[in-house]
Amino acid sequence: MASPTRHETVTGPAPLLALAGVTKVYGVGEAAVRALDGVDFEVWPGDFVAITGASGSGKTTVVSILGCLEASSAGEYRIEGVSVQALSADVLAALRNAKFGFVFQNYNLLSRTSALENVALPLVYAGVGRVEREARARAALAEVGLEGREESRSNQLSGGQQQRVAIARALVNAPEVILADEPTGNLDSRTGRDIMELLSGLNRDRGITVLMVTHDPACAAWARRRVVFQDGRIRSDTRGEVAA
Amino acid sequence: MTLPATASLAFTALMRNRLRSLLTMLGVVIGVGAVLMMQATGRGATAYVGDTISAMGSNLLMVIPGSPRRQMGGGMTAPLFTVADVEAVRRRAHDLDALAAVTTRPMRLVAGANNRIVSVGGVSPEFLSIRGWGVADGRTLTREDERQAAQVCVLGKTVRDALFPGGPALGQELRVHELSCRVVGVLEAKGASAFGMDQDDVMYLPFSTFSRRVLGSERVAFMMARAPSPDRIDDLKAQLEAVMRERRRILEGDEDDFAVRDPRELQAVLDQVTGVLTTFLLGVAGISLVVGGIGIMNIMLVSVTERTREIGVRLAVGARPRDILSQFLVEAVALSAAGGLLGILLGLAGAWGLAKAISVPFVFPAAAIPVAFGVSLLVGVVFGVFPARKAARLNPLAALRFE
Repeated sequence: MASPTRHETVTGPAPLLALAGVTKVYGVGEAAVRALDGVDFEVWPGDFVAITGASGSGKTTVVSILGCLEASSAGEYRIEGVSVQALSADVLAALRNAKFGFVFQNYNLLSRTSALENVALPLVYAGVGRVEREARARAALAEVGLEGREESRSNQLSGGQQQRVAIARALVNAPEVILADEPTGNLDSRTGRDIMELLSGLNRDRGITVLMVTHDPACAAWARRRVVFQDGRIRSDTRGEVAA
Repeated sequence: MTLPATASLAFTALMRNRLRSLLTMLGVVIGVGAVLMMQATGRGATAYVGDTISAMGSNLLMVIPGSPRRQMGGGMTAPLFTVADVEAVRRRAHDLDALAAVTTRPMRLVAGANNRIVSVGGVSPEFLSIRGWGVADGRTLTREDERQAAQVCVLGKTVRDALFPGGPALGQELRVHELSCRVVGVLEAKGASAFGMDQDDVMYLPFSTFSRRVLGSERVAFMMARAPSPDRIDDLKAQLEAVMRERRRILEGDEDDFAVRDPRELQAVLDQVTGVLTTFLLGVAGISLVVGGIGIMNIMLVSVTERTREIGVRLAVGARPRDILSQFLVEAVALSAAGGLLGILLGLAGAWGLAKAISVPFVFPAAAIPVAFGVSLLVGVVFGVFPARKAARLNPLAALRFE
């Protein structure tokens, strides 16, 4: 695991996200499953992390906890030094709104809703007015290369386009971290590569921290840091050059 | 999230399932519509009965045979009054402004080739003035007619039109039983009574003429008495009772075999009946609203389940639990409010149609409308809270993964 000392000199005094001894147990008693088992993990601003591992290794769980979609069973999670456990549901919602952007394998767009409205959704909950909402959503769609498709409904878009809409939605409220769970899992390899280019560009050009769960080594190769999960623990955490 | 944004979201969601939304509202529509319709119709009928009763004449009392504990028309076995009774009342009741003896009988009238069975009344000359009933044509019945037992009569408009279609009625002769009499007046049209009877299907002739020349009996079916002012009605009533008890030799403690009725009592009885009916229908409407509310709750629970993924997405992009709560609550309230509005419109239309059908005036139920709307909002809140809370308490990750 990377030593914090080295990072302090490079990127700042405190990690952006830090898990310490985090455990997640699903179910109770005999049926209990230990999805995460005492994980220590730090994410630094500007990181581009690929999380890999066999299914059931805990990689999706760790991203869910990092994105405040779920609480841990034990251990501590700090965001910029602030412990998440004590935060109210409303503060967690505000964190998901402003600090994180989510990209899912199945896109999770609202059906029968235009691309523009889908992208503007986080701004609705951020309390942004209609006019500004629309302008920012248009800009985000342009950034992912979907200019002119603003009024298209989700079901009128291809998989790759839907995932671009999802990325625009993740981007629209200027998050510090994008959490992507198998973003290319439902796409063909060529479209997948486009999506990876998009994510890696956001990381490179806008300094957005990207955490990506993937089982595809080709995707993982885009990341500068690769973390491998096994049985709810981190097996390896390595830094390398971007393959592309 | 702002309320207008939430409301427009709710509207969009409801418009997506138009038929379902409409069917869900139906319980509330029926409940609210029924309440409003009955309110309006009840008030219209009460107002109309009130109008009809005051049209009978003001400060009026009726003396009818039969025990006062029996309801209207229950005097079949008690003896009728006599002319002597009428004279005694006229002499001894101090607070009497006017008194009329009346005997009516359905009889066939013949005029030339036309004939008709009509309610024929032998009446004292005061009768028409007590009832505040004037003539449209000709003259009314006079004391002179009564004294002479003159062979004259006045006709209601319906009778006039039936017996003398197209021609003049005044001065014409008609035959009632064996008696020939001359038409001296045509009464003003009164229209139907509160009970649907045609008040213009009548013929009146002097009491003396009717009793002596037609019936051969001086019995009096009932008396109509007028007090000089409303505050003396009760005094007059006591005097009428005292005189008639003595005339009919009713002992202290025995029950009267006649009754002095105040038409205002009829109004009170009708108000009471209307009140009971309204309360009963409010109960039925209440049940309908509860059923409607349960329908809304049911469909909202279905909607929450169907849209679990959507809720997950909203939570993931930063919706607070209270945003989700208000989204679904506003949706439930929008359903019930729309149902309420529709119910109000249908209730008003129904009340208007019913008023026209039973020819009573349509009373716009101004006070009931905001109450009905408020109740429908309340139904939405009460039955929307549970599904909305269920939605708001979803775990974001579990909601996102819901299949």
